[in-house]
Parts: sequence; structure tokens; C-alpha cells
Amino acid sequence: MDKRDPFRHNVLTSGHRACSGCGEAMAARMVSDLIGPDAIYINATGCLQVFTTHNQQSAWQAPWIHSVFANAAAVASGIEAALRIRGKETPIVVQAGDGGTFDIGLQCLSGMIERGHDILFVCYDNEAYMNTGVQRSSSTPHAVRTSTSPPGRLSQGKHQLKKDVISIMAAHHMPYAATATVAYFPDLKAKVEKAMTIKGPRFLQVLSPCPLGWVHDSALSVTVSRLAVETGLFPLVELEHGELTGVMRLAEQRPVDEYLRPQGRFKHLFNSKNGAIELRHLQALADARIRRYGLLDAETEWDTDRAMQSERHGRGGYCERRSHGS
Amino acid sequence: MKQLLEGSQAVAEAVRLCRPQVVAAYPITPQTHIIERLAQHVANGELDAEFINAESEFGAASIVLGAVAAGARAFTATASQGLLLMTEVLYNIAGLRLPVVMVCANRAIGAPINIFSDHQDSMAVRDAGWIQLYVGSNQEAVDTMVQAYRIAEACELPVMVCMDGFLLTHTFEPVVLPSQAEVDGYLPAFQFARTLDPARPMTLGGASEADNYQPYRVAQHDAMENVQAVIEAFDADYETQFGRTGGGLVQGYRLDGAITVVLCMGTLMGAVADAVDRQRDQGEAVGALRLRCFRPFPVQALLDHLKGVQRIIVLEKAISIGAGGIVAAELRAALQQAEMTIPVESVIGGLGGRDLTPAVIEAIFQQATDEKIDTLNRFAPDHRVNGEVQHG
Repeated sequence: MDKRDPFRHNVLTSGHRACSGCGEAMAARMVSDLIGPDAIYINATGCLQVFTTHNQQSAWQAPWIHSVFANAAAVASGIEAALRIRGKETPIVVQAGDGGTFDIGLQCLSGMIERGHDILFVCYDNEAYMNTGVQRSSSTPHAVRTSTSPPGRLSQGKHQLKKDVISIMAAHHMPYAATATVAYFPDLKAKVEKAMTIKGPRFLQVLSPCPLGWVHDSALSVTVSRLAVETGLFPLVELEHGELTGVMRLAEQRPVDEYLRPQGRFKHLFNSKNGAIELRHLQALADARIRRYGLLDAETEWDTDRAMQSERHGRGGYCERRSHGS
Repeated sequence: MKQLLEGSQAVAEAVRLCRPQVVAAYPITPQTHIIERLAQHVANGELDAEFINAESEFGAASIVLGAVAAGARAFTATASQGLLLMTEVLYNIAGLRLPVVMVCANRAIGAPINIFSDHQDSMAVRDAGWIQLYVGSNQEAVDTMVQAYRIAEACELPVMVCMDGFLLTHTFEPVVLPSQAEVDGYLPAFQFARTLDPARPMTLGGASEADNYQPYRVAQHDAMENVQAVIEAFDADYETQFGRTGGGLVQGYRLDGAITVVLCMGTLMGAVADAVDRQRDQGEAVGALRLRCFRPFPVQALLDHLKGVQRIIVLEKAISIGAGGIVAAELRAALQQAEMTIPVESVIGGLGGRDLTPAVIEAIFQQATDEKIDTLNRFAPDHRVNGEVQHG
């Protein structure tokens, strides 16, 4: 590849209809150009499918298929089986959002991994159903405002925690599962390239900011996704056959406040007493993830016990208190 | 040479002879014997295919979708709840114009859950854009399967071979299996013009807006209309080569001079033919018609067979809840369009495996003759009560 132009292939070419600052468009362009046009791409329903194939126009310069929302991993399984019996070794790449991965697509994805298909599944995780207008998904982090997890007198946004999908992937003992973001291109590149050298099912979760849904300036997508990593809320990790084999360590931990403030989806937490509780809880969650993956040399001064417990119970602090009637 | 084969075994052998390269399925009664046999063939090296154990029928349908798009002949089978779980993908396969072939081992739909045969499952997906061929015997299942791949691949339309659960899938009948060379001579090697291939990158399944969605649907509908001639031509070809017909679009039984005709689908024709024979022995001018091809709905072929008929009884093993008989409604519409005024009696029966015996069908003939069936929807009498034919 030409080092001066990492996007030489233009697998996802210009002229598509993504919003400005779209993290998913950035991520898909990076991933597909690293893999190149000599591959077959399968897309779940979602923003990427809609903004790249609008009305008989296609931005894809590689073979590309979209069937329905939930079945991308199964369609890919069939494609892989067909190529195997036909003696072809074309790489196969699934692209899906968090809805098509964490929620409606999880069953087909689990089947694909369990059967051991030779497929890279890439999840562009923008943490909600952005294509349908920012509804909550199981990937939406705790306390986030979406159109179906609105804050109100009885609520501080989403009650539950973000589903720990990378651990679910790792629990399949799949050859390779990793997280990445658009902010760290060399890291993303290394992970895509590594994934492409491995046979069998592989999974990549790419945090992809959505300015529309996260309610931040469209110029801040890279900054925000970097802060997600630097605060410890989104650890960059690699898992091989269920074992943690790599983490991106942090030179220092930045307070979650720096990540949350630029995003309107957390705005409600900054002007109420209960919001303040959730802010402390989100900080504790970040601390717990840092401890879990060993992202810092020194222990932080935060007491992470409550956050660890919260992770284990799979629900957030505020709704627990509500259920006790206080 | 005839062999004694269970329907599932027979149709699985026919599938093997068609050389599918990818077989994907999820177990469900009464379909399971079909894929078990294919799994064994793959395990024994007798069928060079990838056998994929899907995580659900939704996954199975999606796997064969992908396999065909990637240039492989594929097969799946299901029934009942499994077919309904596939529904979203069935529509998608048809919309993408992928030549997938599957078997539906017809079974009732819950609730209440019931494993026995009727046609409510495949009838529920009648608008999905699949050709639906209903077979009447294990031999027809074999012959129709071989024809199905040729039809699907020539027209880029998916085909559902519908065979009655248990009544065929679990019943042994003498069957002639064609040789591999014969099937290879009839069915060309798999070819699909829009195969996913980096050498010729194509986008399949993109979005469309209000201004250009409808033409796709019109094209699908036109293709389905045009496939009637193909089904007849390929069946005629088959008859020339194998000496047997799969049944064309519709198949008549003792229609000469028939005044009253029963129209049915699938294995029901066996009991109906027996009833027709007995009625004929008593001098009644009755006949029968079997709808082999339900989608596309072969209006002209039906009308051609109904010339001179004065009364039609549509006996069907499915119901559109709140509307009644499905085939009956479509036939009435076709007759009116053709300005043919033949009364159509709609009788629904056999739901969830309830027997429709020749005695029951004779009773229906009698009711029709006595004009006791009103022209709205009615249900077949129950054969079991006190050993007599009872209503209800």
C-alpha cells in the first residue's frame, strides 16, 4: 500500500451520504481500505447500509451485500461455506452497527462464531440505534439520554449498563476479538491486519462516535473517541481464544467529566442531585474497567468496589436505589 | 427400479442428485429426517457439500441466501414455526431474486402447538415471492425437487417444494429415483449471473426510495406470472426424459363430463380421488382437480380445466382467520374476472392433521348436491364421532 495515501483502494468511496463527523463512516473507510477490494462485504441494516447504497447508487467498490437487519453473520456464513466448497479464499467481512451486533444480530453472530466460520465481523459501535433516530440499544452506556431512555423526574437516562459484548465474544473462545476506535488509527490498523492473518471467526468492536446521537460538535468525533479510551470507559483490548493478550495502557487517567461534558447525551447529569450521583457512578465504572484490564501501573485512589459490584450485577446504581423506595 | 423409501428419504435423495453445494438447516418436526439423511450423505462423502447446522431457521434461510449469492447451489428445509421464523428472510431472498430451493414439510401452526399436517405454514408466506409447488406423493416430491432447481435457476426465483408432513415425510412408498447421469442431463450446473465476486464487484440489496421501489416489485410479479410457462415446459421436458410428469400447474382427475369438481392441494388428492371413484360408481358426475402450483396462481390453467363444470368445492387445509378459505377466495376472483359464473363452495378441513377421509369427502359431495353448503365458508365434518361422519 502507498504509505502516503492509506485510502488508495477507496473501497468505500466518496459521495455517500453520511452526516459530517460520522464516526462509522470514518471507521468503515479505514477498515475496508485496510482489507481492500479483494474481499466480500456483508452489511447489516443500519446507517452504513443506508448512507452507502442510497437509491440505486453505491459507494462500494468491492462486492457488497445487504439482506436484513439480524442476519448479516448468517449470510456471511453461507457465503463462506459457498467459497470454501468452490475452493476460493476471498476474505469475508461483516459490517454491522451495535444494534446488528449486540441486540438483534447477536444470535446469528454467536452461531457464526460457534461454527468456526472464517469471517471478520466488524461492529461499528455508536452506542444506540442512530439510523432510526437515536433509540437506546444494549450498547448504550449507563445514564445516557436517548429518545427511548429519556431523563425525567424518575429517570437519569438509561438505567442499565452497556452490554459487555467483547467478553461475550471472548467467551466463545474465538481466535481473535479486539476493541478499537477511530482515534487511534495505528492501533486500528494493527488490529485489522492481525485479524486478517488469523483463520476462523474474528471480531472487532470499533467505537464510532455519532455527533447526531451523542450531541457533540461534528469536529470532535476523534477527540471524543480518544477521551473514551483515556478515561478508561472504553478500554482497548485484544482477546485470543478467550484470554486477554493485549491492552492499550494509559499514561494517565483522565476524569470521565472530560469525556462527558462535550456530549449532550450526558447533559442532564450536570444539573441535578441525582445526576451528580450518576457522574460518580460513571467515574467508578471507568475505574473498574481500568482495574479489570490493568490499564494503569498504579491503583487509583477511587474505591472501585461498588463499581465492580455494579458491573457484576449488570445494572446501574440509580435504578437500584429507586427499587428500594428511597 | 423402484425402492421403498420414506418421503423424507426420497426427497433427500433427490436433493443429493441435484448436487447442492451448501445445505443449511435447523431441526423441526416433521422436516428433520430430510436433513438428517443429507448430513449422513455429507459425512459419508456421498454428497460433496458444506453441511451447516444453523442456530435457527432464520439463520438457515440466511445461510442459503448467502451461499447462492456467492455462487453455490443451496438447499434448506423446514416447517411450521420454522417457516414463520424464516419469513423475513424468505421475502428478502425473493426480492434479491436468488434461486434458492427449499422443502416445506407442511405442518400446522401454533397455538395450540401441533406437529401434524396442514397447509397453514406455507400458505402464510404465499405473498413472499416464492414459487410454491405442492406435491401429492413421494414420487412427485422426487420429481418436483429436480424440476425445482431448474425452474429456480432459469428464472432467478426461489422455489418452495411443499410436501405434507407425516403423510409424506414419514410414509414409505415405492419410488423411482433417477440416476445421477439422468439428473445431470436434465439439470444444468449451477450458474448465477450476479455472483459476489471481487473480479466484478456488485452491490446487492441496496436501499431504494419511493420513486424506484415499485418497479422492482412489478418485475418480480411479472417474473412470477411468466414462470407458469416455464413450469409447464420443464415438466414436459421431464416427462420426455423420465417418463413421468410432476403434475404441471394443475392436474385433473376424472373431469370428463364432471358437473361437480373438488379442488384441493397435496396428498388430499388421494382421498378425494377415492371419493370421486365411489361417487362415479354411483353415477354421480363428479371429478377432482389438484392445484400443484399455488404460486404463481395459475388462473388460465384452472379455468381451462373448469369448462362445463357447474359447481366447484374448494377443499383446503388452511384458513385465513377472519376471512376463510384462501384458494376459494382466489378462485372466485379468477372466475369473476373471466366472467364465468360457477358457484364455489369453500370447505376448510384437515387442520392440525385431522383426517379427511373419503367418507368425509363423499359427505361433502352429498351436501353440495343437496345445496346444504352455503356459499360462505364452512368446515369439513369430523369423521370420528361415533364412527359416523359428523358436522363440526
